Amino acid sequence: MPETPTPETRVIVPAGMLGAGFTAEAVERGIALGGHAIAIDGGSTDSGPYYLGAAAPKMPAEAISADLRIMLTRGAAAGIPVIVGSAGTSGTDTGVDWVAGLVAEIAEEEGLALTVARIYSELAPEAVVALVEAGRTRPLPPAADLTAERVRRCAHIVGLMGAEPIIAALDAGADVVIGGRATDTAVIAAVPLRAGRPAGPSWHAAKTAECGGQCTTNPRGGGVLVIVDDEGFTVDPLEPTSAATPTSVAAHMIYENADPNVMREPSGTLDVTDAVYTALDDRRVRVTGSRFTEQAPTVKLEGSGLIGHQSIAIAGIKDPEVLASIDVWADGLRAFVAAKVADVLGLGADVVDVQVRCYGWNAVLGELDPDTGPPREVGAVLIATAPDQATATKVVKLANPYLLHMPLPGMDHLPSFAFLTSPAEIPRGPLYEFLLQHVVTVDDPGELFRTEIEEVGR
Amino acid sequence: MTTVGDVADLVRSKNAGPFWQTLDVFCPDDEAYRAVAEAPGVDAETVARAYRVDPATVRIFRLPAIRVVKISFPRPTAQGGIADRDMHAGQQHVPLARLPLHP
Repeated sequence: MPETPTPETRVIVPAGMLGAGFTAEAVERGIALGGHAIAIDGGSTDSGPYYLGAAAPKMPAEAISADLRIMLTRGAAAGIPVIVGSAGTSGTDTGVDWVAGLVAEIAEEEGLALTVARIYSELAPEAVVALVEAGRTRPLPPAADLTAERVRRCAHIVGLMGAEPIIAALDAGADVVIGGRATDTAVIAAVPLRAGRPAGPSWHAAKTAECGGQCTTNPRGGGVLVIVDDEGFTVDPLEPTSAATPTSVAAHMIYENADPNVMREPSGTLDVTDAVYTALDDRRVRVTGSRFTEQAPTVKLEGSGLIGHQSIAIAGIKDPEVLASIDVWADGLRAFVAAKVADVLGLGADVVDVQVRCYGWNAVLGELDPDTGPPREVGAVLIATAPDQATATKVVKLANPYLLHMPLPGMDHLPSFAFLTSPAEIPRGPLYEFLLQHVVTVDDPGELFRTEIEEVGR
Repeated sequence: MTTVGDVADLVRSKNAGPFWQTLDVFCPDDEAYRAVAEAPGVDAETVARAYRVDPATVRIFRLPAIRVVKISFPRPTAQGGIADRDMHAGQQHVPLARLPLHP
């Protein structure tokens, strides 16, 4: 290796999500290249409000453990820390404890002695109500001002930590950091920031690497090593067959980001407007010109609350006559079932919501669908949402004969459609909604988070 | 009529958090990029009509260095709520791809 003019901090990011799977060889390559830490994001809101609302993980324990085992054994052997953020998908306290439990299990099995920091990011609704009443919350577009009533509708609330609590845990001697909800970038940026690298390259490197190989020309081909120095950073894909190009790296900044040039973190804003992307060779890219402006710290909140419970039934439609007027059929069925629910169960539209979504017609785009003309086949999904599961299922049972036989107006016979299942009704479980798009102003970026440190394993 | 999808390599959509969606138009060369970036049919008004959102909320970013036109606006309904039809907003690019460049 040639001598480098400035100190470097290297972070191994084996994949975009804990549980997605990666090879031990990829992590070993990162260690051979001098990685100072292994960092990975464990979740996001991307899979929807259920996981936060129910405090339930998206991935099976086996998938999480397989990835943890590679990181923990290789990390311990190399003497470098392992950092996980947004544990258990949504980063609730139960998610942190669940992942920490898996870490302890693996440490026992592998004979590792590890200092583990758990950083909790969950906030009790009443604690957030107090912040609202103290005037410390602000809406982000398109939200309105936060109210105590809205906060109290949340089943679970988390704050998104930045790098500071992670740096504090590493400073306290943690070999493994299990973070609750964190920004996707914080787990990665914490490593170069702690080593004194400048914030612009640190956060931009973290944003580039947060989805693992997504910033390469082979998005499914493993993770990346990011090398941060005092002038910029370098992206080196962990799979020898993957390549980063100036375009693949620059393009990742726009992924799942409403504004392609700026990104707010708890401690300030990353601005990549003037970033320059240069190919070092045919698979590594150098980035300079990233800026970070410190601002009064804020912590973004996420909250999810229960709307009701759902049951569904699915009927396949192939009859060309019905398909030619599928919109009339679907509207007619929905109205008929809603009237039946009011008549037989005595429940109005304010209590029970009935929808018919016709997959193969316009279920995905609804009124926005630019296509016209009859579909070839439709999967009609009847969805009932009610305050409790039993009522939702009762509504679908009541709708059963109509979903099976609903004729078009003027038809002189009753058609029969193709039910997917028996029983037709499928209890689907609770329905949650995201309720918070707000930040809390804080004096100290770490003040909403709690850290506990323990020794596990051998 | 030539559409956005006709000249682009890739038109994609995704959530940008639970309350926003973002659409990316990747162009194969500078000519295609200019065709989309300068298209009278790809402005906030037209996009807002195609998606039935308020034109004042539509943000359009033109990124010549990577030949991308990026369009972001608040989701008409929050991700995963009772009215949502597309959990990841992964199929919302189609109306944009169908927009004619010169209506």
